[in-house]
Amino acid sequence: MPSTTSSTTPLKRGLRASRRQSLADPAFRWFLTLTGLSVLLVLAWMIVSTTSQAWPVFEKEGFNLFFSSEWNPGNARDGTIQGTYGGFQFLYGTIVSAALAMAFALPLAIGIALYLTQLAPKRIARPLTYAVDLLAAVPSIIYGLWGSLFVVPMLLPFMNWMSQKLGPWLPMFEGPVRVRNLFVTSLVLGIMVLPITSAVIREVFAQVPRDERLAGFGLGATRWEVMRHVVVARSKAGIIGGSMLGLGRALGETIAVLLIIGGNPRSEFRLFNTSQTVASQIAAAFKEASPEYIRALVALGVALFLVTIIVNVIARLVVSRLGHVTGDAAL
Amino acid sequence: MSDDALGQVQLDHRSLLLRSEKATKRARIDRFWRTILLLAVGVALVPLASILGVTIYRGAGAINLNFLTENPPFSSGVEGGGYAPAIFGSIYMTGLAILMSLPLGIFAAVFLVEYKRSRLAGPIRFFTDVMTGVPSVFVGLFIFSSLVVDADLFFGTVPGAAALAVLMLPIIVRSSEEVLRLVPQDLRNGAFGLGLRRWQMITRVVLPAAAPGLATASMLAVARGMGETAPLLFTALGARQIVTSATGTPQGALPLQILDEGRQALPAAVERAWAGSLTLMVLVLLFTVGARLLAARSNVSSLS
Amino acid sequence: MLHTLNRAPVGLVAGMLALALVAAACGGNDGSASENPGGKGDELSAELLGAGASFPDPLYQTWIGEYTTNAQPGVSIQYESIGSGGGRERFIDQQTDFAGSDAYMSDEEIADAVEARGCGDVVHIPMVFGGVVIAYNIEGLDDLILDSATIADIFSGEITNINDPAIADLNPGVDLPDQELTVTVRADGSGTTSIFTTYLEDEDDDWARDYGSGDEIEWFGDQVAGEQNDGVAAAIAQQPGGIGYVSLEFAVQQNLPFASVINDDDNPVEPSTDSVGKAVEGLDLPDDLRFDVLGVGGEGYPIAGATWVLAYTCDMDEAKAAALKDYLTWALDEGDSFAADLGYAPLSDATEELSLEKVEQINAEG
Repeated sequence: MPSTTSSTTPLKRGLRASRRQSLADPAFRWFLTLTGLSVLLVLAWMIVSTTSQAWPVFEKEGFNLFFSSEWNPGNARDGTIQGTYGGFQFLYGTIVSAALAMAFALPLAIGIALYLTQLAPKRIARPLTYAVDLLAAVPSIIYGLWGSLFVVPMLLPFMNWMSQKLGPWLPMFEGPVRVRNLFVTSLVLGIMVLPITSAVIREVFAQVPRDERLAGFGLGATRWEVMRHVVVARSKAGIIGGSMLGLGRALGETIAVLLIIGGNPRSEFRLFNTSQTVASQIAAAFKEASPEYIRALVALGVALFLVTIIVNVIARLVVSRLGHVTGDAAL
Repeated sequence: MSDDALGQVQLDHRSLLLRSEKATKRARIDRFWRTILLLAVGVALVPLASILGVTIYRGAGAINLNFLTENPPFSSGVEGGGYAPAIFGSIYMTGLAILMSLPLGIFAAVFLVEYKRSRLAGPIRFFTDVMTGVPSVFVGLFIFSSLVVDADLFFGTVPGAAALAVLMLPIIVRSSEEVLRLVPQDLRNGAFGLGLRRWQMITRVVLPAAAPGLATASMLAVARGMGETAPLLFTALGARQIVTSATGTPQGALPLQILDEGRQALPAAVERAWAGSLTLMVLVLLFTVGARLLAARSNVSSLS
Repeated sequence: MLHTLNRAPVGLVAGMLALALVAAACGGNDGSASENPGGKGDELSAELLGAGASFPDPLYQTWIGEYTTNAQPGVSIQYESIGSGGGRERFIDQQTDFAGSDAYMSDEEIADAVEARGCGDVVHIPMVFGGVVIAYNIEGLDDLILDSATIADIFSGEITNINDPAIADLNPGVDLPDQELTVTVRADGSGTTSIFTTYLEDEDDDWARDYGSGDEIEWFGDQVAGEQNDGVAAAIAQQPGGIGYVSLEFAVQQNLPFASVINDDDNPVEPSTDSVGKAVEGLDLPDDLRFDVLGVGGEGYPIAGATWVLAYTCDMDEAKAAALKDYLTWALDEGDSFAADLGYAPLSDATEELSLEKVEQINAEG
């Protein structure tokens, strides 16, 4: 493996130690390569293992798994599939709740990023950044408990009021108002994905060249005008990347959703009624499921994985072009 | 320093602005939006304060020494008892998980930093990033299919720990990479200058120099792993007694126990769930804040 | 790259397994029983693992706690309340020593279990009876009478308000408020659902045609779902207008009001351990003790069912079998007072005899 050592330092070549030791470097390199590859291997193993578990369901249902709403679990234990597994209503709930969460989170994330990078003095910006990142450290079970036991009772009068005032005009606000509902779920999801979304956006805002901002001021622009026409305009890709990363998280969130969403899928858009996502359905049904049903839940999981992985790959491709995002909220 | 220059420019030109009427209008718009942005930060801080406040308020009343040392009562409606088995299970599984993922993660990070010209480095880094976004519920299903079903391990400590390890691995790789990159190039050159081989340079110079930062990275991973619920649902399953065996018997965990009791409407159960949440929150914040402090002290600024 | 991908998982599996082994070595006891088989009356020593129904869980946990602290300290029993369906699956899959279930196993399930076991048979041991109640959360209402027809209409979405004339007819003199109902059901498969729908199927022809019975039902659509009994009870408690079916002791625990139900002799009966006990009096039980409680009259509460412990007749570890038989005998003999305290109806003496006979069959074929 001479390629490793053909680097720049001539000193090193001169001081080469005994021949016996020269095997150590390539061996070490191989070892490190293998550990590096382990990440890819775990990812590959994940896909192979779950897909093979779910294979009979894919075979039977095909695209019905994504596009049909007929969900009628069976009890077979011999590897056959006797039920019908159309998971459209769960995918619908997943996408609607995540999209709604981003609708709450994105404007807020942009606002926070603008304030922290463009307006706040350093000594205020730093603790505020910590505080926003801290939202990422709160375990999702605590979000779930907080959402179902604190946010719901607090917002119930507001939701009733909204439903009475707007329900007759807009079907999405129509009652009855259920204490477990899509609205609160998305609100909590939005808060949960706020740190990662704003961290990415913050990073790209901070990278806008100072010269361009100065040029803006030089033309007589106000701070807001510079933020809007220089900083935000130049960071569109980063904003898209950040919101896709947040979207990926919202799509996959399980426990907080499970506790707030109400467990009953619905294929029409009602903010104040129950819904169910792929992830929360898996968590809700798993314990009681027959072997056949478990395969179907794993199949749903694979579908969810595919959706999130596509979103994440796009997000990472966008973000990685923009340079490095740091901080634990980004992990 | 150049920030000051920027402030100066802004000050100067704000005074220019105020000359025409249109300028006053623009200045008003400017003020309006700046207030909105400040409000955005405020709106984000409300949930944080609320979550911390509610958890502390509801949890502190129910927490005491018994809570940390006793088993939960046989029936959820009964008052008293504690989450000892859940706390024990969480620590046991997170500990095992870090044992599984830390060596792998750190060496993978060493590979990414020290052999960055390898053709594999790019794809590995990219997919590690992608892996941080894999839904945790899916990781649970993966360990369920592979270890619980295929390897026939049943629910228990090891499958639970393996699920946490898979979730922690990409976090450790990425944050360790961050740390290793901050080790000055001069140190490496110096080591080469002393005639050390690359593997010696890495194990004797780079890793020791990065040790505090690596500790930070692993603490962040522990904090993340400890709070996970979804992957444990299908792998550890939950227990109401202290379980020491590594396989064959379902194992408990704090988030599982909180989920179990938090969704009931029994005041006694909900009270224990809040106390459990406070315990979990303290453990997670201990590691998160501890990691930051450690990072600040060792000048690993990019992680802080 | 491709060939490394093919080769390397083996290494990774090996690594994981090695870690698992190390962990197992550190972890110590691995769930198997000690060598002492334990004669009669001696100190028993074994670790038993069971899983299943959440409906009797509070009682089982109390029994286990009492038994393992006071009767046989050498025995350790873990019962995970994962639900009846899950319990039967783990049991059929040979992962547990015994199962708890609110529904008896179908012939197919028994055949699967015996095939997986490779010998013997499955015994069904009724432990206690429980009632399934219609719990509700309607402000100002704590006294309500329903019959099978109104229950079927509520749970199929045809009655949507508590002031429906059909309900008013059954409750003369009760001031029924104008309150939209939110029907709450189980999100997971469950024995409670099975008892409830078996009752409706037997009583109501429309229900039998449209919904049938089982652990899991395709509901009418506009319902809310909760996980397990406690999840449903919590969902009802938090939802104004919530109404749902939960087992008696969960409704009692959560302080939810529940309806009296009119039985086959036209008597409105309030659910209680007493009236559930009366429902099962005089039942003619089949030899294998797999039965439904249907057509209840007299002073019996009509929506009731047994909860069973399932075990194998062969191939059990001696020490485990001895401990399981000892525990179940103890529970049937001395556990009645705990049962009544928690809202379950203990078995009658005659039924208890039958259950004890079944206990003796555990591992009888060796």
